[in-house]
Amino acid sequence: MARRAPRSRNRTVITPEGVALPLVLATRGARAAALLIDLALIGAAMIVTTLTLIWIAGGIGLKLQEVEADGPKARALQALVIVWIIAMFLFRNAWFLFFELGPRGATPGKRVTGIRIAARGTERLTTEAVIARNIIRDIELFMPIVFIGGAVAAGSDTDLAGWAGAVWCAIFMLFPFFNRDALRCGDVIAGTWVVEAQRRKLGQALSVSAPIAASDQAFTFTPQELAVYGEYELQTLERVLRDGRGTTLDDVADAISRKIGRPYPTGAERVFLESYYLQLRAQLEQGLRLGRRKADKYAA
Amino acid sequence: MSEVAPTLLGRLGGWFSPTASAEIAAAEDAALRSDRFRLEREGEWKRLEAIVIRIEKGRLRGISDADLLALPALYRTAVSSLAVARETSLDAETLEWLEGLTRRAWFIVYGPRAGLGDWLMRFFGGGWSESVRALKQDILIAFALMVAGTIAGWLLVASDPDWYYALMPGGMGDARVPGASRAVLMGTLFGQQDQHGLAVFAAYLFSNNAQVSILAFALGFAFGLPSAMLLIQNTAILGALLWLYHGQGLTLELVGWLSIHGTTELFAIMLAGAAGLHIGRAMAFPGDAAVLDAAAAAGRRSAQVMVGVVLMLIVAGLLEGFGRQLVDNTAGRLIVGGFMLVFWSGYFFVWRGRGQSA
Repeated sequence: MARRAPRSRNRTVITPEGVALPLVLATRGARAAALLIDLALIGAAMIVTTLTLIWIAGGIGLKLQEVEADGPKARALQALVIVWIIAMFLFRNAWFLFFELGPRGATPGKRVTGIRIAARGTERLTTEAVIARNIIRDIELFMPIVFIGGAVAAGSDTDLAGWAGAVWCAIFMLFPFFNRDALRCGDVIAGTWVVEAQRRKLGQALSVSAPIAASDQAFTFTPQELAVYGEYELQTLERVLRDGRGTTLDDVADAISRKIGRPYPTGAERVFLESYYLQLRAQLEQGLRLGRRKADKYAA
Repeated sequence: MSEVAPTLLGRLGGWFSPTASAEIAAAEDAALRSDRFRLEREGEWKRLEAIVIRIEKGRLRGISDADLLALPALYRTAVSSLAVARETSLDAETLEWLEGLTRRAWFIVYGPRAGLGDWLMRFFGGGWSESVRALKQDILIAFALMVAGTIAGWLLVASDPDWYYALMPGGMGDARVPGASRAVLMGTLFGQQDQHGLAVFAAYLFSNNAQVSILAFALGFAFGLPSAMLLIQNTAILGALLWLYHGQGLTLELVGWLSIHGTTELFAIMLAGAAGLHIGRAMAFPGDAAVLDAAAAAGRRSAQVMVGVVLMLIVAGLLEGFGRQLVDNTAGRLIVGGFMLVFWSGYFFVWRGRGQSA
């Protein structure tokens, strides 16, 4: 089972190879947005299908009133009505299923909002799990809409049963707000959760992209000067170097130079920081290989 | 700090193959051991990334066989690289990227791999009946509930005919009311083969019934109670109908009228209810497992049953829409209905599928 940190969206799963992989749970907002996009698309698809079928029916000269009549025209019309009923059923029930079974594990709405479904824990995502989580959608979404819609439409005339039904349905709809992992009922039943599907590009290796620092620079730091900082500061420095903004570079270079008591010539901030970064990393990584970690500047 | 200067080898390589030499030269140039580690493996990582991107975009055809075969190995390389990098490298960028890549590859390598075709083959070839057998206890409970519902419906209406209107849904113009003559009731059972639009009727019935059974399953989430109530309520209607026709001596005719599609449809509803009860029971009495794990396991087991239920309801819709109107005598209807019942029972409980030892 996955390890949980309270109140944070970070989760860890262990792959079958025994390596821990970090996951970030999708926010409830992102999921709601994805759902709305999907519903809009489903609605659009339903309307387009309906209009197309009507257009086809009109093209072969059929009238809706003839559906009960006999003869070839009525049969053609019946066939169209069957296609329509089945298409509506599939749009309602198979849309989510079809897309979530694909390699992205995401409906179009989820793709747009950058999230996907995944299995909780170490098990693989199975076809059955995807089916289960989407069958449950019916009571979470479509039934409450019918119920609450009915209650609202009836207005003040709504009887007690109507309101009870609406409240009961609201419990299902609001289920994701009552648990840490933002699971909806379908996720509980299927053993799934929804996570962010981040995607990023790999930046250059810094010791290659910054060869000046390695070749003709003038800065060589002593182990004492390097012992001031730890891994946290190193990775902060890495971000600063990769973002590479002028004023931040200046500030950071000033701070380090003050801390270790070594000045640097004006205009050489970048060289100064790069050589400090590389030498600090070399020293920390050497410690790492020997089993010594230094988490941050406060660590002994 | 310049541990390594560009070596002669790197320069020589440059004259022969520009790309390979660029990688070697870069690896040689890197001042840090962890960066050399990264540069030596980056080619494989990038290859994995390219494959993953193409699979994610759904362009499976564009992937060569060699790449597909290499995918698991490349994935494991990335995983072990990640494990090593975590212990030796402090390059946050590489670590994060590698984590992301491994995660995406993990989704694919351990994703729902069975295509729809394969899955259906397994489903019909034993998977479905096996999952039904796994719910045996729940099916017995659902069956008991349905029998109880039928009896309750009969007794209620027998004690006070007003109950009939409470149980029966809708239909003001429905001829099937208490006090209707034998001829009227007879007319609702037979002589409708002239009707048109049977196919539309069948499709409508299927869509409607499937939605009801999905509801029966989904409601199992609330500890199975609503599923049980839905089963009882629906069979109470059946009991009321039986009482009504029994009063005019038409019991057998009604059973025939119902059984042609009812054996399939009631079977499907029973399975849907059983699946709902299964989930409800798993959540109420999870045993040694955590509630969430128990619910997830039960959900996966019963999801397969539910796909089957929808398929059964397609069959039931066809039988109801066509079969019942076209077969206009009780004996024929009973034969068709009985055959379907034997067929489903045999398929689920007798036939063990391919390669099943149990």
